[in-house]
Amino acid sequence: MKTTAQTLANPTRFMSLSGNLLPWVSGAAIVVLAYGLYLAFFSAPPDYQQGQTVKIMFVHVPSAWLAMGVYLLVAISSFGLLVFRHPLADVSAKAAVPIGAAFTFLALVTGALWGRPMWGAYWVWDARLTSVLILFFLYLGLMALRSSLDDETLAAKLTAILALVGVVLLPVIKFSVDWWNTLHQPASVLKIGGPAIHSSILTPLLVMAVGFGLAFLAMHLMAMRNEILRRRARALTLSHVSRADAGTAAAAKG
Amino acid sequence: MDLGPHAAFIIASYAIVTIVMVGLVAWLILDGRRQQRILDDLEARGVHRRSRGADVAR
Repeated sequence: MKTTAQTLANPTRFMSLSGNLLPWVSGAAIVVLAYGLYLAFFSAPPDYQQGQTVKIMFVHVPSAWLAMGVYLLVAISSFGLLVFRHPLADVSAKAAVPIGAAFTFLALVTGALWGRPMWGAYWVWDARLTSVLILFFLYLGLMALRSSLDDETLAAKLTAILALVGVVLLPVIKFSVDWWNTLHQPASVLKIGGPAIHSSILTPLLVMAVGFGLAFLAMHLMAMRNEILRRRARALTLSHVSRADAGTAAAAKG
Repeated sequence: MDLGPHAAFIIASYAIVTIVMVGLVAWLILDGRRQQRILDDLEARGVHRRSRGADVAR
């Protein structure tokens, strides 16, 4: 009996399943994000210290969680490619990288826009901000490495190795606020002892986080489908060219 | 709705998130259409996948 992973290993099967799933995931993302925005702007009270700027948290924190979560997905997919040679593992990793880079960019920019009114500075070279900036450069590095090699198989393997090496950055980012004296506040949601945020602010944050997660899932499915189509087109073009070359060679002999 | 003295920072944050996410989705939709068009062109020229028959059968 085939496992779910084995069933999904077939790109054609994946195209069929993802095609059915995509409208539902996209619709759910839009509904949840709309509800999250309603809660953020019409339900959540101003913070007693930060005032209305706490609203930036509702987009900053989900972006930052996705920046790290997507990288973890890239690393798991890379592991799947190198160890199990799963046919969709490299498709998943390649598709996730630009989306992860975009969310890391959003975490950095919204963090800067939150930092200016709260800290008096858009940017400080503290451990949390600097480690997330390195994560952003790592995403760019993965894209650059892949696009610099013509051999797609070699590019996939080298990119996967770099992705697995880079996973060491995730605990550094997570615990940077505990290990070093940083301007960035320590964890207030994902921490031992439970969240330290009042439910009136925590609920919109969690709803927005679910919305961002669903949006990422929809975008990742779309990107994977595009990558499968690109590989099909490339394979068809190459086989067409090689058949044409063989025909030309046979005609020349005759 | 009063967003307080730092309204510009809040609006800018939501604006940049909207621009980037809408831009990502637009890029993905356009890229998907482009790949599908390339495949359709190849099929129109008689270049087919060997597994296409099996796909249809499934």
